[in-house]
Amino acid sequence: MTGAANYFGSILLAAWLVSAAMGDQPFDAVSSFLGSPIGLIILFGYTWSVMHHMLGGVRHFIWDFGYGFEIPTVRALSWGTLLGSLTLTAVIWVSAVSHWGAAR
Amino acid sequence: MTNYRTALKDARGLGSAKGGTGDFWLQRVTAVSNILVVAFLVYTAVHLTGASRLDVKTYFSQPIAAIFGVLLAFSISVHMRIGMQVIIEDYVHGFWKVPLLLMNTFFAVLIGAATVLAVIKLFLGA
Repeated sequence: MTGAANYFGSILLAAWLVSAAMGDQPFDAVSSFLGSPIGLIILFGYTWSVMHHMLGGVRHFIWDFGYGFEIPTVRALSWGTLLGSLTLTAVIWVSAVSHWGAAR
Repeated sequence: MTNYRTALKDARGLGSAKGGTGDFWLQRVTAVSNILVVAFLVYTAVHLTGASRLDVKTYFSQPIAAIFGVLLAFSISVHMRIGMQVIIEDYVHGFWKVPLLLMNTFFAVLIGAATVLAVIKLFLGA
């Protein structure tokens, strides 16, 4: 589910870097789309999706190594993945907003 | 033509496709490397929020940023190609399976190649 979302989210990443490599006009076009309300919503969703997918992957690694199959542990891991991905997403966005334009 | 053979009868004797273990392992290797390159991506995205194009060029003129940018492109495109291939193999049967598998590979290679080229161009400051 999140993997498929990340798959299409990669278009955003490629478009951003390619437009920066191409020139001012393409970069401004992509930047203004990503900075628009719909762009920000998509970026927020992409951030959450990637973070959730990553923590879900870590959970699968724990299972791959043979741990965490008890039902209470499975439930804890499941909630931990969700709360963790929300926390990471919030931290990333708070950092991003507070760093707005700080690169210059 | 109606096929009266059971699915099991069709599959018996064919053996495996032989490539499964390689993809299984590569998906886990890139899962680990994705954690590293996504950490770089998060740092980059936060650092370059609201940045001008010049800021982006300046950032990627640093060798370490350019190296991670290229690694990011390779790691995610390999991982997402295998992931989507598994989704297609699990859910798509019949006519569209092979065209979709091809499109999946082309898409992943295109995203990877475009991202690598962009990072190289930014690195060189061209």
